[in-house]
Amino acid sequence: MIRISGLCKKFGDCEVVSGIELEIRRGEIFSLIGPSGSGKTTLLRLIDLLDRPTNGSITFDGMRTDGPEHERRTVRRRMAMVFQKPGVLNTTVEQNIAFGPEFRGVLQETIRTRVSAALEMVGLSEFSKRRAITLSGGEMQRVAIARALVTMPEVLLLDEPTANLDPLSTEIIENLIVSINREKKTTVVIATHDMAQGQRLTHRMGVMMNGQLVQSGYLYEIFYHPLNRAIATFVGINPIRGGVVESNENNLATIVFNGIRIQALTAFHEGVRVAVCIRPEEVILALPNVCAPASSARNCLTGTIQHLLPFGPFTHVHIDCGIPLTALLTRRSCEELGLAKEKQVTATIKATAVHVIPDT
Amino acid sequence: MEEIISGFIQAFQLIVSLNPELLEVTALSLFISLSATAIAALIAIPLGGVIHFREFAGKRVLITIIQTLYSVPTVIIGLLVFLIISRSGPFGFLGLLFTPGGMIIGQTVLIMPIMIGLTITALSGIDRNIRDTLISLGATELQSIARIVQEAQFAILGAVILGFGRAISEVGVAMMIGGNIRGETRVLTTSIALETGMGNFGLSIALGIVLLAIALVVVLIMNLITSGALADSDKILGGPRA
Repeated sequence: MIRISGLCKKFGDCEVVSGIELEIRRGEIFSLIGPSGSGKTTLLRLIDLLDRPTNGSITFDGMRTDGPEHERRTVRRRMAMVFQKPGVLNTTVEQNIAFGPEFRGVLQETIRTRVSAALEMVGLSEFSKRRAITLSGGEMQRVAIARALVTMPEVLLLDEPTANLDPLSTEIIENLIVSINREKKTTVVIATHDMAQGQRLTHRMGVMMNGQLVQSGYLYEIFYHPLNRAIATFVGINPIRGGVVESNENNLATIVFNGIRIQALTAFHEGVRVAVCIRPEEVILALPNVCAPASSARNCLTGTIQHLLPFGPFTHVHIDCGIPLTALLTRRSCEELGLAKEKQVTATIKATAVHVIPDT
Repeated sequence: MEEIISGFIQAFQLIVSLNPELLEVTALSLFISLSATAIAALIAIPLGGVIHFREFAGKRVLITIIQTLYSVPTVIIGLLVFLIISRSGPFGFLGLLFTPGGMIIGQTVLIMPIMIGLTITALSGIDRNIRDTLISLGATELQSIARIVQEAQFAILGAVILGFGRAISEVGVAMMIGGNIRGETRVLTTSIALETGMGNFGLSIALGIVLLAIALVVVLIMNLITSGALADSDKILGGPRA
């Protein structure tokens, strides 16, 4: 649907995005994820043809987009973008939503039908005559989405659509995005700094850092096989550094950290310095002297609990086993196991759950 | 003191009896200043829009010059327009000197900077995000400018009213270009200057009251408009919601 290659944007001397290679597929929800200031908004603006790239190209449905403004507008009218700030104008909700089709010269009658359908979809039908700026933040953002929907876009671009919104409004908007994608087959590109949101909504994901698309792929790849330490940290893993591959037989490697040995599946050769990523939910805890539940697990380490950190309905348990490990348990299991600071526990991890990255 | 009191009494009589000379001067004043305001607005609002929306070299300098011209003395504009439309000037053949037409031109030039400048300020007050939103919704440049001007309408209307206020209250242009010819180019301000000089304090005070009454109407209209805007901001700040 959209193919981006070698894309680069400079503001003065500052390179805000560079070397972006990306393909957005028709009908998917793709999320751009990365910390604030990593270039997500700039990339979305380039995709929406609001700014011109310094270098590189974007093709939309096979068409080049580097032509004069009126050609770019024709392409832009097949997309719609929702900005982080809803940007509603000081007029009624209805009129706000009608802008897109009005700019395209659609018949008034058709506009009315489409506007009421869009209002229905975002659940704001009873607000149609209200002044848009009197709505709440979440409602305004729904107006912004409805305003994008009435243009019947093939691609919907969303820039942090739920930043600054309460959890309930966020849920409404997330459900809306998913149903738009399912019912209208609209391709959706969403920029967010919220990992969990990216995980909830999307099929594929691209991680942006310092203006570069450092990794893109299916959720599983990003979450379980981050390419480097920065990505691992961003997706919620603290990489354990300072390991060296001691031996490797048919990709089953033994990695040594200060005398602690961990087995993992990796192609890294003997002697390579590595870091390992272990997702907290892959660490199984048991009391010492209790037989490890998963017999296929290759790694069994004993350590002392450093501290317990509440995490929603879960608890992060930080353990020192010679190497720092974090396990994610439900509060209930924590209580049942009687976990507390200074207590001894056994941590079990499958070799397949250990992801190895170069330690650089 | 007696003079002032008797002046006020005379003024009251002139106004209540709808003195023909008073009415004529008032009508001409309104005609000239309203025409100048309308013409200036038709030029200043689009021009302000172009200056705001286009990026060009020297934009900052131009805006600074415009803002400086807010306080240009009326007599300097009078002098400038006089030189241009007097018999020997480049537009002398039009015969505009000492006519209401000439005065309209002079006042238009006088209030143009303030209208352009305040239009630019009004448009700058609209979030950049609004423009991006409109463009991304498929607006052409013209469509987005028209919409943003509409969004800034209250502030722009304020600029227009301020321009009118400056036009109706100035003396320099009216005196130098109009010449204060009775029945032809005599307006409220020049009349007050003349009648005071001649010792007709009653008529002067009456004219002054009318001028202030016009100013009051202008302020009332302005308040009416901005109260509409204020009601909106009340709602934004969590006031009663329909």
